[in-house]
Amino acid sequence: MTISDPHLSMGPGARVDLLMIADMVEPGSRVLDVGCGDGALLKLLAEAKGVDARGIELSRDGVANCVTRGLAVIQGDADTDLVDYPDDSFDYVILSQTIQATRNPRRVLEQMLRVGRRAIVSFPNFGHWRVRRDLLMKGRMPVTENLPDAWYDTPNIHFCTINDFHELVKEIGAVTERARALNASGQLLRLDAPWWFWNVFGEQAVFLLKRK
Amino acid sequence: MLATGLRKGLAKQKCVLYIERFGLNAGISTGFPGVPRSKKKVFIAHGPQADEPDSLIVRFPADQPLVLDSGAAIAPLQIAYQTYGSLNEARSNAVLVCHALTGDQHVANENPVTGKPGWWETLIGPGRIIDTDRYFVICCNVVGGCLGSTGPASLNPATGKPYALDLPVVTIRDMVRAQAMLIDHLGIDSLFAVVGGSMGGMQVLEWASTYRDRVFAAMPIATAAKHSAQNIAFHEVGRQAIMADPAWAGGRYREQAQRPEKGLAVARMAAHITYLSEPALQRKFGRKLQDRAAPTFSFDADFQVESYLRYQGSSFVERFDANSYLYLTRAMDYFDLAADHGGILAKAFAGTKTRFCVVSFTSDWLFPTADSRALVHALNAAGALVSFVEIVSDKGHDAFLLEEPEFFATLRGFVMAAAKARGLA
Repeated sequence: MTISDPHLSMGPGARVDLLMIADMVEPGSRVLDVGCGDGALLKLLAEAKGVDARGIELSRDGVANCVTRGLAVIQGDADTDLVDYPDDSFDYVILSQTIQATRNPRRVLEQMLRVGRRAIVSFPNFGHWRVRRDLLMKGRMPVTENLPDAWYDTPNIHFCTINDFHELVKEIGAVTERARALNASGQLLRLDAPWWFWNVFGEQAVFLLKRK
Repeated sequence: MLATGLRKGLAKQKCVLYIERFGLNAGISTGFPGVPRSKKKVFIAHGPQADEPDSLIVRFPADQPLVLDSGAAIAPLQIAYQTYGSLNEARSNAVLVCHALTGDQHVANENPVTGKPGWWETLIGPGRIIDTDRYFVICCNVVGGCLGSTGPASLNPATGKPYALDLPVVTIRDMVRAQAMLIDHLGIDSLFAVVGGSMGGMQVLEWASTYRDRVFAAMPIATAAKHSAQNIAFHEVGRQAIMADPAWAGGRYREQAQRPEKGLAVARMAAHITYLSEPALQRKFGRKLQDRAAPTFSFDADFQVESYLRYQGSSFVERFDANSYLYLTRAMDYFDLAADHGGILAKAFAGTKTRFCVVSFTSDWLFPTADSRALVHALNAAGALVSFVEIVSDKGHDAFLLEEPEFFATLRGFVMAAAKARGLA
């Protein structure tokens, strides 16, 4: 835990990227976590922020785990199932470390901003210097701690860089309210650093978006 | 043989304990109901169990009619039920279990007709997921059934003969209204949970819609918010098989001391196939022959699967009333929760505070996952707190009655979390 922001002091053991997301969520709000995995973020949000937490998860094991933890989670697919939610059903729709695994990231993002008043997206930055080094020096697709799968069996089919994502946000007519980037040691990069700096040294990024 | 069966049954009703007469005892019985422990199979499917069941009963007099969706009414009304565990002081720990088409109220005790364990004993009992040491579990025979709640096999007080087809057609909502009368009678305002699979799941949905303020948690399992055309079609095959049997006698078979055994058995055989899956049949029977080395070139039950189905058919007629089968299949056919709410399913749950746990099974083609998904979409649209999981199983629709580990883990987690939220944990 290397973050000094007092809002992020939500107990030991929580992943820093999840804490960054939690920091962007207003207490007591309605939250949908798309691709909620084992429910770690939902649990954190429910306990630390008192939110009404719901989730969608593709894997059966994940859903069963979540239900066992008392979370309201349905088995579903970010690409196909967001359309079934009415407009403005949630204050926040979160996509944590999942956008790179969706088939149509742009549509998913648009749906998130329709279903939720705000969207929070966290993703691994494919523009990080280690990724660039691997491609440049080894000529191979990078396999790192954050991206452990080989190219042929990775669920991550739509990698992007921080700059790419920033462009997509502009393209769909959304507004970035807040953005954060973490380096490889989980430290927050300076907020006043330029985008190119984040794009090289940020290993992960978190964006809080709203409609224009 | 039937007459012997009836005599045995009549002798048996003398042993019925704890029968609750209306007006005499409005209290709540706790502990295990007095079910005579007879291993003997007794032919009572359309005999004494219909009127004097081995269960607790409550009788609502003629001035408390059950008014039905059709506009008709049933009065007086009898409800047969079983309870397990005890109601807490706050009356907040009651769980209503809704049974499926051919189920009954004996969910967690030996069945007095078949001598078999309760149909959901794996789920319900001391220390089980629905823990009878913590919850007060109620299960009643549905209206239209044949195990002691008013149904076509019950005696019509107006004629002194069985109702047969004089009983008005009942719907799932009518069943639920009757259950609500029982729950009121037991002095329970709000149920901690309502749980059921298949037709039981339809009742769960109806509870969550019609009595949405009275249901804290709902577990509709392997079910749908409406009966599909294919399912109606299968039911019609079953009904036609029964009605084509000359022994059905226009429904008046009981007065003639006979019953449409062949018709009901065929109905069950056809329905039983829909409860299984092709992989399950393949695994269990394949093309294996029954006690023979080669085909007999006849229409004997050469294949194991034929022999199995015949057994399923013949054992079913010993425990179930043919007219009841007509009524209950009809109730399922008529079920369409969205149609009752202007065609929009979400409206059936508008403003609900109930937490839902929806479960489907991969190989269930009678109530496929798509049905559960449609339900989940509607619940989401209504802003309901809903969990949904599709369990991998090759056991078909019947999987909901079996101890599938993933299924039970999900239910355990959901019940524990709900109990915590209700202040019961």
